[in-house]
Amino acid sequence: MISASFVNALMEAVGKDNVFLDEADRAVYAYDAAVLDAVVPAAVVRPLTAESLGHVVRLCHENAVPLTVRGAGTNLSGGTIPKAQGVVVLTNALNRILEINAEDLYAVVEPGVITAKFAAAAEARGLFYPPDPGSQAVSTLGGNVAENAGGLRGLKYGVTRDYVMGLEFFDVEGNVVKTGARTVKCVTGYNLASLLVGSEGTLGVIFKILLKLIPQPQHRKSMMAVFDAVSGASQTVATIIAEKIVPATLEFLDNFTIRAVESFSRAGLPTDAAALLLIEVDGHPAQVEEDAAKVEAICRKLGAQRLRVAQTPQERDKVWEARRAALSALAKLKPTVVLEDATVPRSRIPDMVQAIQDIAAKYNLTIGTFGHAGDGNLHPTILTDRRNSEEWHRVERAVEEIFDRALAMGGTLSGEHGIGLAKAPFMEKETTRATLEYARRIKRALDPKNILNPGKVIGEA
Amino acid sequence: MAGMKDLARLVRELEDQMVVCMRCGMCQAVCPLYAETGREADVARGKLALLEGLSKEMFRDPKGVSERLNRCLLCGSCAANCPSGVKVLDIFLKARAILAGYMGLSPVKKLILRGILANPAFFDKVTEWAARFQDLFTEPANEVLGTSCARFTTPLLGDRHIKPLALKPFHAELPALETPPGTSGIKVGFFVGCLIDKIFPSVARATLKVLRSHEVGVYLPDNQACCGIPAASSGDMTAFKKLVRHNLDRFPVDRFDVLVTSCATCTSTIRKVWPVLFSDDGSPMGERVRRLSEKTMDIHEFLIRRLGLHPVEAVPSSDAVAVTYHDPCHLKKSLGVFEEPRRLLKSCSGIRLVEMAQSDWCCGLGGSFSLEHYDLSSRVGRRKRDMVAATGAHILTTGCPACMIQFHDRLSQAGDAVQVRHAIEIYAESLGP
Repeated sequence: MISASFVNALMEAVGKDNVFLDEADRAVYAYDAAVLDAVVPAAVVRPLTAESLGHVVRLCHENAVPLTVRGAGTNLSGGTIPKAQGVVVLTNALNRILEINAEDLYAVVEPGVITAKFAAAAEARGLFYPPDPGSQAVSTLGGNVAENAGGLRGLKYGVTRDYVMGLEFFDVEGNVVKTGARTVKCVTGYNLASLLVGSEGTLGVIFKILLKLIPQPQHRKSMMAVFDAVSGASQTVATIIAEKIVPATLEFLDNFTIRAVESFSRAGLPTDAAALLLIEVDGHPAQVEEDAAKVEAICRKLGAQRLRVAQTPQERDKVWEARRAALSALAKLKPTVVLEDATVPRSRIPDMVQAIQDIAAKYNLTIGTFGHAGDGNLHPTILTDRRNSEEWHRVERAVEEIFDRALAMGGTLSGEHGIGLAKAPFMEKETTRATLEYARRIKRALDPKNILNPGKVIGEA
Repeated sequence: MAGMKDLARLVRELEDQMVVCMRCGMCQAVCPLYAETGREADVARGKLALLEGLSKEMFRDPKGVSERLNRCLLCGSCAANCPSGVKVLDIFLKARAILAGYMGLSPVKKLILRGILANPAFFDKVTEWAARFQDLFTEPANEVLGTSCARFTTPLLGDRHIKPLALKPFHAELPALETPPGTSGIKVGFFVGCLIDKIFPSVARATLKVLRSHEVGVYLPDNQACCGIPAASSGDMTAFKKLVRHNLDRFPVDRFDVLVTSCATCTSTIRKVWPVLFSDDGSPMGERVRRLSEKTMDIHEFLIRRLGLHPVEAVPSSDAVAVTYHDPCHLKKSLGVFEEPRRLLKSCSGIRLVEMAQSDWCCGLGGSFSLEHYDLSSRVGRRKRDMVAATGAHILTTGCPACMIQFHDRLSQAGDAVQVRHAIEIYAESLGP
């Protein structure tokens, strides 16, 4: 239990109204979007300023109380599930966009800014912030940085990591650490920003983020290609890349997902298709038209039965409607949704799709697969009911086998959802014991009392 | 008070509906309360987690859960935006009934809901007397809006700017009416609703004018009761069922083709809430509820979808007044009605429709929510007021008298010279004298 004097100090730091102690107020910060057991924290605090956030970090350190930073709580790997004796620290009151600089192409934001709102604010200035995780309508930029979130545009534009120019964060004692600069080039000291990106709140608490912006692409063109064999679709992906075309997005939907979307939204999708590819190219209008024509030709050559090229913004919306509806259409079929993101080198996509189908059959489970074929990051989505313990056991074994197969193909445990609690036990499978020990040494040096989101990424250090 | 085990067992009956929530958190994007407070207990995901906690006997005292569950506008923005299709409002209303049954209603609520609201004739008397004496306690606040505020500090009104009760409620003007279907061949039952009857009788007049003008027959019975939503949202099933029974008797389902209302909240209550709260009834009542509920339509929806009007889009006249339209949650999110009122408005040459940003963001009233959480309701309302002000419109229209009350308060407090009208009033005026 946390002490009364500690609670008083928290109240002094952030104001009485911003410390939640009531059992019902704490219970709603016990979970995130991962299918894991909830853990109710001892207290929840919502600092209104960066200074008070730093104060909270220092207090937790002095009192050896674990702290878990939380943005929107959309994490899919349990990264924001707290410790029972710990404190949840909310960043959603720190939600100011401090600067958007169109001359030097950067922005400075607080960690609680909502991703989609930031992207819209940049767009209003003719600028582009590409990372677009599925939860962007609610996710926070602080969470995106801490998880190194991806999205649909990874293939051409990269992920959150590629847009972090600098950070200001609190070390475990609450001192301010600055890294990076407002310049394109900066080699001043260790690249601590890179260490913090994807560290899931285990190494420091971010309070200011310097993000790179790029010009908006002038033109976009989307198309949907229908295949009667998965191999045709995956061959098409490989050929597009080999032809040196880099689409902004290159998405894949399998037959099960197509049928789920169609029965849910009646969008007119071909339910007998083995796979759909949704492709968007963007850039200079002339280049876009040329790339689109090439992509179209490749699709036809490799067996696309049907091809729908969007001519108007409405048609473009129609093309993407199917992809946007994918997760929710699947989610409506069963109570529990396990969304995986094991990722493989993109040339191995056909093997991975086959592997997932084999695993679904072997464990007698329903798995719909969709995702970012262009960057090898598929989302096998297991539909189940967690209350059925026998089936849940099969789900756990299937997930493990998905990891194994992805690793055997030279892939990785997680493309964009993070390790959190869910995948921490599998870290050694992908790396080495020494890798994990190396990471734990860093953690012990920076956080000797192990209070910064303990248990995540590297397990109990 | 029965044991927590019994409460847990009752809440577990909602489990099949609750388990659909995958905790993705997308409701945070659209929840009007969360936008103000940033607190997870204010958003649907948090409330569903609390109910699950209750079903697992996680809490020592259900009071905390009950308070947080009641801190909700029941606007349905979350349900309309939910990727998993969680039936949030069904769950919340049933849970409120379970918790109110378990913990009991406060004496004040019991008095208002069972003593006054559930006795329509007495309710009418109370408001008639209040209308007569309201001038003693209030003074005019905003001329354009016709609002009043308290003359002296009273806990009853607080800082509110209210639209006063009509001196003559609609039912006193026209107690009952029955006209044959004209050339349209359609006869509608007209469910007036408390707020239109007692505060905005001009909306009822406009509705009847439109129906008459389009040769639609009307069945308007006297002694109509409240649709029951204040009782349902307080979890008072006794008062709720009494009101539903009363209305079923006043509106024999075979006497008309469609039951029409000009109140988004009444329409949504009869269409969506009645069947849900009678679903496990199994009695003949359930069947009667189903039949009336299926026949119920919003006035705009009725005119376009059922009567088949094809209003021609008018070219706004040179002196056309700028008008903006607010989507009531109970029309757009609950019933999918948002195109119809706009089509009617666009057929009026005297106005120019200017859309506001986020026209379907909740106004923040939430019925009795604003009585218990006036400060929070005002914060949501102020955000909405800014959206209206940004359009520069001189008239704010909407399809729900409850939203109209909130707009009167918010626009009046901001000192705006913006009229608040029901869309059907504007349309009725366009039909000539």
